[in-house]
Amino acid sequence: MSHKPTGSAYFLEETKVASESHTISVLVDNEPGVLARIIGLFSGRGYNIDSLTVSETEHEKHLSRITVVTKGTPMVLAQIKNQLDRMVPVHSVHDLTAGGDPLERELALVKVAGTGEKRIEALRLAEIFRANVIDASTEHFVFEMTGRSPKIEQFIAIMTKLGLVEVSRTGIAGLARGPQGMIDKTAGQSS
Amino acid sequence: MARTMTGAEIVLKALADQGVEHLFGYPGGAVLPIYDEIFQQDKVKHILVRQEGGALHAAEGYARSTGKVGVCLVTSGPGATNAVTGLADALMDSIPLVCITGQVPTHLIGNDAFQECDTVGITRPCTKHNWLVRSVDDLARVLHEAFYVAQTGRPGPVVVDIPKDVQFASGLYVGPRDIKHKTYRPRTHGEPGAIAAAVKLMASGKRPILYTGGGVINSGPKATKLLRELQKLTDFPVTSTLMGLGAYPASGKAWLGMLGMHGTAEANMAMHGCDVMINIGARFDDRITGRIDAFSPGSRKIHVDIDPSSINKNVRVDIPIVGDVAHVLEEMIAVWKREGYSTDKVALKNWWGQIDKWRALKCLRYKPNSDIIMPQYAIKRLYAATRDRDTYITTEVGQHQMWAAQFFHFDEPNRWMTSGGLGTMGYGLPAAIGVQLAHPKATVVDIAGDASILMNIQEMSTAVQYALPVKVMILNNQYMGMVRQWQQLLHGNRMSESYTESMPDFVKLAEAYGGVGIRCDKPSDLDGAIKEMLAVKGRPVLFDCRVAQLANCFPMIPSGKAHNDMLFGEDVSADEIDKAIGKEGKMLV
Repeated sequence: MSHKPTGSAYFLEETKVASESHTISVLVDNEPGVLARIIGLFSGRGYNIDSLTVSETEHEKHLSRITVVTKGTPMVLAQIKNQLDRMVPVHSVHDLTAGGDPLERELALVKVAGTGEKRIEALRLAEIFRANVIDASTEHFVFEMTGRSPKIEQFIAIMTKLGLVEVSRTGIAGLARGPQGMIDKTAGQSS
Repeated sequence: MARTMTGAEIVLKALADQGVEHLFGYPGGAVLPIYDEIFQQDKVKHILVRQEGGALHAAEGYARSTGKVGVCLVTSGPGATNAVTGLADALMDSIPLVCITGQVPTHLIGNDAFQECDTVGITRPCTKHNWLVRSVDDLARVLHEAFYVAQTGRPGPVVVDIPKDVQFASGLYVGPRDIKHKTYRPRTHGEPGAIAAAVKLMASGKRPILYTGGGVINSGPKATKLLRELQKLTDFPVTSTLMGLGAYPASGKAWLGMLGMHGTAEANMAMHGCDVMINIGARFDDRITGRIDAFSPGSRKIHVDIDPSSINKNVRVDIPIVGDVAHVLEEMIAVWKREGYSTDKVALKNWWGQIDKWRALKCLRYKPNSDIIMPQYAIKRLYAATRDRDTYITTEVGQHQMWAAQFFHFDEPNRWMTSGGLGTMGYGLPAAIGVQLAHPKATVVDIAGDASILMNIQEMSTAVQYALPVKVMILNNQYMGMVRQWQQLLHGNRMSESYTESMPDFVKLAEAYGGVGIRCDKPSDLDGAIKEMLAVKGRPVLFDCRVAQLANCFPMIPSGKAHNDMLFGEDVSADEIDKAIGKEGKMLV
């Protein structure tokens, strides 16, 4: 017997619409607990977080920018944006993906241990991928590389065969293309 | 003028400046400095409840019946955790509350100190916003912001957590006028293009319906007035959610009754069959829509809501309008008049003809009984006895709540206080206390169930202390009636734990608290007992109204069914009840 998916209380339509991955930029007041609010919203309402980065970007105004990569149907994505937008410390929400091919970069630190041929091969491939060596001994390298997530995935996949020990990734930082910045809907209002 | 004072003084000064007259609370170690300050002033009257949960519901009743912000004060740890249910309740029903919680001193935060809990962490998902005030210099600003956030946009509860050392510390006080919130500016005016399109669609409607909700009441008396004006202008039928009762008068000729799971046939059938639906301040809650893929399949939908996240959450709408109900209705009426729109009179006449056929089903009928009080009859008689009074009704949660919504008729907003979204048993008595404090001369009745009333019965003591003549009419059927009804519908009539084996003697219980107890179990004595209850002055009453034990609340849209698939009252056979809900429906709540 096939079960229809259920919502909190009633049958919801089966999702025929495909999920899309979107990168969303959220400008927030850098106050205690603000990240917990954002994460709590996602977990509490059952939304996905594929990647999340956060850092204060305007120190004088105490503004942080959160970049979150999430997946959902267009209806769910619209919900996510509206739910974020109505939170009290949120200045603005900007769907970078909806605005067209955004700039997305990620930084990864990749530790590879090994000797002999494998070690030489790792270094050679790192050069091809434009990864920098930031720590080394006779038995290991730590590479630093920046790029779009698929490139990092590819590099890690190759290094797996060459003595990969561990990886640390920042998650995606993103900006929209073009001369404009993200509009702070609350800036300059006087009412 | 900024002036230096202690944190505790700042709290009381801020409350007074915000126009707060009543503060519902319970003292404890982490709020003693504030209580000391309460002792030394007389602007804000403190109402001592018997459990913090009661303070929250009392503040909710106060807020909902006045349109003002309800204010509570509780201590750290258990005080704050007891407040959580009321916060979640207020969040679901969009009730503006400011709840001040004490916290252990800042240097002990995170130390597992006595009566410490992570109040902002615990209350984050059940408040609109919350603050932990670590510096006394932020205190006045945060308190004023808290009032602003609680009542602006879609109203909701907020928490201000104040460590004890901050209450003792000295800082600058700033008044409410000097505060402007950095980010929070919800949109109140609807987009003109959307309003114009909506009005045009309304004028084209052949089978239109106004579906109104709590947003009309939250928007204030002006919204109610405008809703009535719009109805008059269009002659559209009106139905409402549980939270919106009273916005359009139940005595109005266009009133179809409440819609949804226990709504009337005419309301639900009209929702199902309409071609233009105008949702004003409601949120397509699952109690309303029933099966979502069969919800009003042939209609184009307009949705007015101040909260953008309510739009397209459950039901996809054709014309969303984000804005405050009063503003949007005002614009709609202006556009209607300016453009000289009129309705399709012939189509509307046919539509009303159809609606009258559904009305003729008399879906709220029940089998009268001359030996046993039928619960529906009890509410009818209560309504008859109080309709000419200045009456406010609160309820608990369950069958009695639905019967009250069906059989008590509201002609004005803010008269009906009930826990709709969260469905909190134990809401009614403390809420009635809040209402009575705000309206000392009014008749305030908590229509209760025998199980619900025991959840916050301790608040009888509060009512006695403040000489509040709150009337609690307990429709006592010895069961958790709605649980039992669902067990009958869904679980082969196996009444697992839904019968109360040892019911207290409510008459003696009332007397033990210092109130008045009344009991009645005969239909012939009912009017006399209600009269006796209403005559009590200066003390609360528990009226133990013994009603039919196994009455079911109908009509009912069973879980997972559509609006045109209702179960009706007296015709339902045991066999139909057995088959009413399919296997899949049983998983639903």
